[in-house]
Amino acid sequence: MKIAFTTKGKEWDSMIDPRFGRTEFFLVYDEEKDELMFYDNREVANDAHGAGPKTAQKLFELKPDVLITGNGPGGNAATVLEKTNIKILTGASEMTAKEAYEAFKNGKLN
Amino acid sequence: MKEIVVISGKGGTGKTSLTASFAYLGGKDVIVADCDVDAADMHLLLEPDFEEQEDFYSGELAYIIQDQCIRCGKCLEVCRFGAIKNLFNTYQVDPLACEGCGYCARICPTNAIINKKPVAGKWFISNIKTGSIMVHAKLGIGADNSGKLVAKVKNEAKEIAEDEFKDFVIVDGSPGIGCPVVSSLSGASFVLMVTEPSVSGLHDLKRLYELIKKFGLKAGCIINKSDINQQITDEIETFLKEENILHIANLPYNEDFTKAMTVGQTIIEFSNGNLKKQITSAWEIIKNELK
Amino acid sequence: MKIAIASGKGGTGKTTLSTNLASYLSEKETVVLTDVDVEEPNSGLFIKGELVYEEDKFKMVPQWVEDKCTFCGICQKVCNFHAVIQLGKMIMVFPQLCHGCYACSELCPESALPMIPKKMGILRYYKNHQLHFTESRLDIGEEQAVPLIRQTKDYINNTFSEDAIRIYDSPPGTSCPVIEATKDTDFIILVTEPTPFGLHDLQLAVETMKELKKQFGVVINRDGIGNSNVTDYCKAENIPLLAKIPNDRRIAELYSQGKLIYKDIPEFRQELDKIIAYIKTLKINRQA
Repeated sequence: MKIAFTTKGKEWDSMIDPRFGRTEFFLVYDEEKDELMFYDNREVANDAHGAGPKTAQKLFELKPDVLITGNGPGGNAATVLEKTNIKILTGASEMTAKEAYEAFKNGKLN
Repeated sequence: MKEIVVISGKGGTGKTSLTASFAYLGGKDVIVADCDVDAADMHLLLEPDFEEQEDFYSGELAYIIQDQCIRCGKCLEVCRFGAIKNLFNTYQVDPLACEGCGYCARICPTNAIINKKPVAGKWFISNIKTGSIMVHAKLGIGADNSGKLVAKVKNEAKEIAEDEFKDFVIVDGSPGIGCPVVSSLSGASFVLMVTEPSVSGLHDLKRLYELIKKFGLKAGCIINKSDINQQITDEIETFLKEENILHIANLPYNEDFTKAMTVGQTIIEFSNGNLKKQITSAWEIIKNELK
Repeated sequence: MKIAIASGKGGTGKTTLSTNLASYLSEKETVVLTDVDVEEPNSGLFIKGELVYEEDKFKMVPQWVEDKCTFCGICQKVCNFHAVIQLGKMIMVFPQLCHGCYACSELCPESALPMIPKKMGILRYYKNHQLHFTESRLDIGEEQAVPLIRQTKDYINNTFSEDAIRIYDSPPGTSCPVIEATKDTDFIILVTEPTPFGLHDLQLAVETMKELKKQFGVVINRDGIGNSNVTDYCKAENIPLLAKIPNDRRIAELYSQGKLIYKDIPEFRQELDKIIAYIKTLKINRQA
């Protein structure tokens, strides 16, 4: 399974970015390959308009199965994500990516 | 760290005076973010020192490099905003009309048009008289008040709060129901709505709450000037009950709001009477709600 | 004569002045009042009239035609507002984000994104004797006020004679919607309060009016509270101070009930007379 996180940095210890559309990074963890990748979203985060749908499109291209974030995507981004099969889990605002992953594994996010 | 966002929909309800008062009561524990970037007035009450400042860039503006322009007029043809003017056979961009869509630059045969990111305002980090820190901004004229500057101010404030282990960020939110408000609300632990009992106050409160509901946020309400119109105050209270919104306080019409502002003080510093007591207990209620 | 009533921040009495001035003037002549604060149109709470006309307002947005699309990706590349997104074998359009620049539509090599009308709000026109009142209301979720303001002004220009006095209740602030609302008006009345907040926001509004090269004057609302700094500022800057509406709890109460003020409070009416006298002396310099 591939799991994406909205984060403020590039590592396991980075904090979850609670925002979706203006998240600074995505971390993507591929469980099968045990591989952690990051994607820099700061250029989109800095756009005045439409950051939500653009970020959602980027996420789609990263092809994760699950997204772990803080607040949950706003209206426009949510519309894009509905068209994908990505499962969205929220409520990880005050965790690091590592903590959020563990919380997910223990079924504590929904 | 908890984030309290204060909004009002309609202007003139006393939102900023109350926010500043809470910031004063919270003292060192509270980082302040003035996200009412269109009419940022918090600095008039909290004595910021503008310690750090930075330009803020937003959107794009077309710019014509005259040396490269062959005066074909294609840009003028495609612009839907009337932003390209031809004066004495020189093509120019009207920066107030340009929406930054970039269409002209894409079709210019000689690449004579580039998109520039204009300075849309400035943002500041200041030490304030409460012994804490405030993040605030000033928007340029005709700048498009996007959610982006609001997001910037808020995030800076939150980062400072996290780094310095502060308990609260208190946000003076934007008016209206558009994009800046949505930006103000995102990530809030608690939304405080400040309203007044007038037909417009009630009308705007309802429009605003529709938005808050969409985000599923916890909300409370202070009715300011509640004795101006008892009937509408009752209506608002009924509305709060129906929607399960925490009713925090009714504050009477009181000119101390203006008097305090006139001498650059928060109501807590200025007033010694009942009003101060009521605002202090409102702050306690809000803090309790966030425990 | 076209007059816009504006303010640096909300809640200073813009709508109170617009509705009372228009109503009062209409006792003697034809007046066209328009609420172009389309995000929060409140003038209608104070003006009673008979609904004469109502129409949905549209903006042009692209619509994806699947059969023609080759998924070349040009549309999403040319959209600076991220209103067009390609998601695998699907193009999604976000009308709320679209500015209507036509770039995606016209640059699409297959003509797979024709522009179609999309509802963004509603315009209503009410009549009460000599007072013609029009308001436009943006649908919730629509983020852009400017196109609706523009169309509302077009409607006014096409519907009413130039002879009638036109009053526009503008949105607050100094950003795009205010510029659209005040553009092509002859005179702007800035409403403020005599407080530090009022002065600060007035200064921003004045800077904006100067940038737009507009004639303008100031009305102080709730005179008596605060201090004299707004008056001093207007004097120092040579800005005409048209009237001072006294601070009066009765005004706040009438306003809260959705009632017009001038009918009950003579002091308020006197200040309106001063504004009207000033307006009548204005020379109109029409700019091209």
